[in-house]
Amino acid sequence: MTPAEAGTPLPEALGTIAEDFTSLSVRDRLTLLLEFSDELPELPERYQGHPELLEQVHECQSPVFLTAEVEGADDAVAPPDRRVRLYFQAPAEAPTTRGFASILHAGLDGLTVHEVLAVPDDAPFRFGLGEAVSPLRLRGMAAMLARIKRQVREAVT
Amino acid sequence: MPVPFDDNPKFAEYAHPERLVSTDWLAARLSSDDPGDLVVVESDEDVLLYDTGHIPGAVKVDWHTDLNDRVVRDYVGPEQFARILGERGITRDTTVVIYGDKSNWWAAYALWVFTLFGHPDVRLLDGGRALWVAEGRELTREVPAPVLVEYPVVERHDASIRALKDDVLAHLGRPLVDVRSPGEYSGELLHMPDYPQEGALRGGHIPGARSVPWARAAAEDGTFKNRAELEAIYLTEQGLAPSDDVVAYCRIGERSSHTWFVLTHLLGFEHVRNYDGSWTEWGNSVGVPIEVGSP
Repeated sequence: MTPAEAGTPLPEALGTIAEDFTSLSVRDRLTLLLEFSDELPELPERYQGHPELLEQVHECQSPVFLTAEVEGADDAVAPPDRRVRLYFQAPAEAPTTRGFASILHAGLDGLTVHEVLAVPDDAPFRFGLGEAVSPLRLRGMAAMLARIKRQVREAVT
Repeated sequence: MPVPFDDNPKFAEYAHPERLVSTDWLAARLSSDDPGDLVVVESDEDVLLYDTGHIPGAVKVDWHTDLNDRVVRDYVGPEQFARILGERGITRDTTVVIYGDKSNWWAAYALWVFTLFGHPDVRLLDGGRALWVAEGRELTREVPAPVLVEYPVVERHDASIRALKDDVLAHLGRPLVDVRSPGEYSGELLHMPDYPQEGALRGGHIPGARSVPWARAAAEDGTFKNRAELEAIYLTEQGLAPSDDVVAYCRIGERSSHTWFVLTHLLGFEHVRNYDGSWTEWGNSVGVPIEVGSP
């Protein structure tokens, strides 16, 4: 696996989201982030009320949990081509964090293992959100991405 | 015409009852025919929380993007402060009521920054955002469009309520209040439980500091404890006196703003400074003395 370096392009869906954000004024970026926050999918029933089945993102300033599932482990699909499914839980009182989770969900859910592992680690800094929410707060998104990639890597090795 | 004070009997016991309003008072004021020259400000840890729904008519002031300088680790200067307030329809005569999440940490922080600029009438909403929400009161996503007004460019006066690192070094031996969690105080933790590590290289506390976590001043519902309960903690148990010269600190100065508010406005201490550099500065400074271990 080649390291995901700066300059590596984003996967298509995530790249489109990044373009959407950066084409907006700083104020409108916050509005778009709120839309993402509102649209974060609920956890499926099997995870509801079971935070122990999810991994807490300790780098976030609010209780945020996530898990990455890799589909098709028993069939003939080669590990790099298996699909990744992402699930997040973040409280309504933490809309920024929900927004970050929702961006990652919209941009990465359903991609292959290979595609997820190729996402550059600096992806969270390509949405122009540093100016809108402050760079300090963006570290939570970087931490979510790192934990997703680690879980995916562990699932196929 | 000045906005009257909240004559709630609980507040009347405090040294400066005019610094607090209750949710009942605010709701009644907002729904009255003439609310007066009043602007409600929401200030939260989460920069988007206001946008998910806020008290009708309230404007947002973000602690990081509005009150802190973008480049230097410091507060904004007089021109920037005047611009931020003027854009929000706040004049020097406006009564400002601030509320926020996390038991009003950031609201107290904003109030303290407003005080650095000497804004005359700035009050906290007792119980903050959480109590307003818990009581099922109205929230809206409608963002007001205040008419731009002129806020004067006034000097920031740091000396009386803000301590810088050198001030703290000169203060050693006099009362210091560490308002962080016990684990941060003892040095076991370099950050709040469940919070990100914010890069302090050393754990512990400033020598001689007493450990009085900020939350001890708050009741279950996030309102401030009454005066007798606060006196039992800060005066009886900790042995502080209202005439003492006190410095409070935490990690970046937000939780200690809460304690600064308690000591200054609720208990009437006259010389309390908030050390906003706090542990993220002290715990990284070369050569400053540190103590470790539990109180």
